[in-house]
Amino acid sequence: MNQLLEISAVRKSYGPVNVLGGIDLGVAAGSRTAIVGPSGSGKTTLLRIIAGFEVPDAGTVTLGGERLANGPDAVPAHKRGIGFVPQDGALFPHLNVADNVGFGLARSLPGRAERIAELMDMVALDTTMLQRRPHELSGGQQQRVALARALAQRPRLMLLDEPFSALDTGLRAATRKAVAQLLTSAGITTILVTHDQSEALSFADQVAVMRAGQLVQVGTPMALYLRPRDAATASFLGDTIVLPAQVGAGWADCALGRIAVNQAERSGAAQIMLRPEQLQLAEVPVESVDSAACFGEVTDIDFGGPVCVVSVRLLGAASATAPLQVRSPGVHVPPVGATVRVAVAGSAHVFEAA
Amino acid sequence: MQAVSSGAVIAAPVLPPVNRARPRRAWSFSWVAAAALLVSLFALLPLGFVLWVGWQTGWEVASAMIFRPRVGELLVNTAWLVALVVPLCTVLAIALAWLTERSDLPGARWWSWLAVAPLAVPAFVHSYAWISLTPGLHGLFAGVLVSVLAYFPFMYLPISAALRRLDPAIEDTAASLGLGPWQVFRRVVLPQLRLPVWGGALLVGLHLLAEYGLYVMIRFDTFTTAIVDQFQSSYNGPAANMLAGVLVGCCFALLAVEAGTRGDERYARVGTGAAREAARRALGKWTPLCIALPLVTALLSLGVPLVTLTRWLVSGGAAVWPMRYIGPAIWQTIALALAGALLTTLVALPMAWLSIRAPGRLQRMLEACNYMVGSLPGVVIALALVTVTVRVALPLYQTVVTVLLAYMLMFLPRALVSLRAGIAQAPVELEHAARSLGHSPLRAVWGVTLRLTAPAAAAGVAMVSLGIANELTATLLLAPNGTQTLATAFWALSSEIDYAGAAPYALIMVLLSLPMTWLLYLQSKKTAGR
Repeated sequence: MNQLLEISAVRKSYGPVNVLGGIDLGVAAGSRTAIVGPSGSGKTTLLRIIAGFEVPDAGTVTLGGERLANGPDAVPAHKRGIGFVPQDGALFPHLNVADNVGFGLARSLPGRAERIAELMDMVALDTTMLQRRPHELSGGQQQRVALARALAQRPRLMLLDEPFSALDTGLRAATRKAVAQLLTSAGITTILVTHDQSEALSFADQVAVMRAGQLVQVGTPMALYLRPRDAATASFLGDTIVLPAQVGAGWADCALGRIAVNQAERSGAAQIMLRPEQLQLAEVPVESVDSAACFGEVTDIDFGGPVCVVSVRLLGAASATAPLQVRSPGVHVPPVGATVRVAVAGSAHVFEAA
Repeated sequence: MQAVSSGAVIAAPVLPPVNRARPRRAWSFSWVAAAALLVSLFALLPLGFVLWVGWQTGWEVASAMIFRPRVGELLVNTAWLVALVVPLCTVLAIALAWLTERSDLPGARWWSWLAVAPLAVPAFVHSYAWISLTPGLHGLFAGVLVSVLAYFPFMYLPISAALRRLDPAIEDTAASLGLGPWQVFRRVVLPQLRLPVWGGALLVGLHLLAEYGLYVMIRFDTFTTAIVDQFQSSYNGPAANMLAGVLVGCCFALLAVEAGTRGDERYARVGTGAAREAARRALGKWTPLCIALPLVTALLSLGVPLVTLTRWLVSGGAAVWPMRYIGPAIWQTIALALAGALLTTLVALPMAWLSIRAPGRLQRMLEACNYMVGSLPGVVIALALVTVTVRVALPLYQTVVTVLLAYMLMFLPRALVSLRAGIAQAPVELEHAARSLGHSPLRAVWGVTLRLTAPAAAAGVAMVSLGIANELTATLLLAPNGTQTLATAFWALSSEIDYAGAAPYALIMVLLSLPMTWLLYLQSKKTAGR
């Protein structure tokens, strides 16, 4: 796929604080990219540099072959044609919904009213709302007006700065899905900035994890989730079980017995990682315990409806070792005190040597 | 749930179709409404007095007094003054506010302070400075020049505070929608400055209608100077009051224009989270040219009074400092200013409350009463109080109570403008939160809204006491025998062309006003949350 946006060696610092330390990122045309990282990692600064609100100290930003920024020499934001939806919409408080949506359309544009109605339809807002004021809308409606306003420019690239974080949970997932479908069907390349890893994983084709001004890892959601580069990235993207192991020839020997790993070429001592949902529990009678498989005892259950977290202490492990936290379907939860057999689905991931 | 067509799928079902139109709340605290009503009715007293005199005079005599060339002349003078000064103040204040708040102007904080400092110089001291510098100065040009210099800080303060408060995300968004910097300023920033511009313009306009000392010194006739002339020359009550009637009409026109165009939009930030700090725009090669504006403004509005005062003080030497007169004048001025300011702020609170929380037609009418009385020249309020105390409440005649009541009536608008802005910043949701935490409505108001309004209220107190310390006309007419404030002493001496003798009083008025002006400056920074 051809790259629409290319960011190369972008650096930015505010005084002594180094916010971005050499960022390289490519975004394919028509794709959805999520930049995810804890707060203060520099992800918003990167987005603002792409939008043109800030200029990089060094490095280049290229959109569709056009050089937008080359160090401090940059095309100003209003000449970039990049759509931007800020965190809380930032609707113009002195204008009604219609004027907000049509803000970037010339007054004299033929068919302006129809275009506004069409945009409202795109974001599933009723045209009876056009005369309302921003403060008369709910948070979700404000976001959709902001999206319609940005769509009016027919941007090649759309930047979303945590646009869903102000919405409540149920609405957030639904809005996210709808926005993703809407932007994809309109063929608009999208970059989402968020600190919510599950949002990033579900929204994007490509996820870029940022930490302390660096892109730690870029890849598909699945690749990042199952093959993170280091323990910090792994635990940022979801719960982990990290175990010391002896690996070799595609297998690892660890507290859970012998399990498959995804790298055949590694050998020797290493840290391996499993996601909790890879472990499966089966309740067994105490007498059936033997050394051929891995067994444990349930010490605690955290009931969570569809998925429960079961604490399992491996038999033979020292009592001081922390119990394994295993995700188990809510319908078949073994009771506390039960003996269970622990099986591993799929393969474990071997971290690169530190 | 129905299946939705492919494009239009954004989670519509979850949102209930609530009509979130702004609730017009009932006046839930009836005592607030009652207090506001009481104050407003009292504020009608001077107007009632003018009408009563008009009724007593009869239509024949009254119309003969109103419809004559002299009144037309005064009307033209006053109209020109307002039409020129208000736009000039607006442009100057917006330019200065933008330079000091949103550009990388070197020494922005200093320039910002220097743009507020002229408030410490009473308007009639401004014209005293100019007339003793260029004795030939007179007429409309002089009136416009000195008025702009004396009154532009009234617009600079609210505009700069609003500029600081604007959410820069809105400007970013406008830029991402393809607007250049100038267009962003014109289409996004300027419309949001509407409220402070309108409020400041009204305040300046009302001062123009009410000021006396400034225009007498530079021999520019307005309604107010004519009313005082009429009163002093002949004690011909009806003639002065007929002129006052026309002046009241002008004031109503101004209020109507403001109320009709102000709009009732909520300009508070929509959305959640904290706004990021706005970036300052680099001036680059324009820096020298941009520094010239605040520099020239400061030279004219502060340099000229400073140079003049210094000149008179140096030439007068120790002889112009008779402490047995100056000492008492200082204490009387301070005591009157503080007592009057506290009283005014307290009585303005109910109306300020209603204007934000329960706006409506009736409320606007009542609020207009408060502005109207503040725009009346001090002499009319004084005349009304003289007449009423003599006829109804003789024991109050020529006492401190009457003076304080006059101050209260004159400076209600200052307190109201400050309080209104403060209450507007304390969203009703916070009060709801306090009530949900078990506070009674009264405690919620006291602990949350009034607490948040306190900075604005303090600014209001400062504004009012600044006004009282420099008030001249009503004090001259109403003060008990033996009361000599700084302003009246200054006026007595400068009327005898003893410019050197008047200089110490002017200097002390400026020095007394400086801390309050500084407070005002600090509060305006704080109300913006930084």
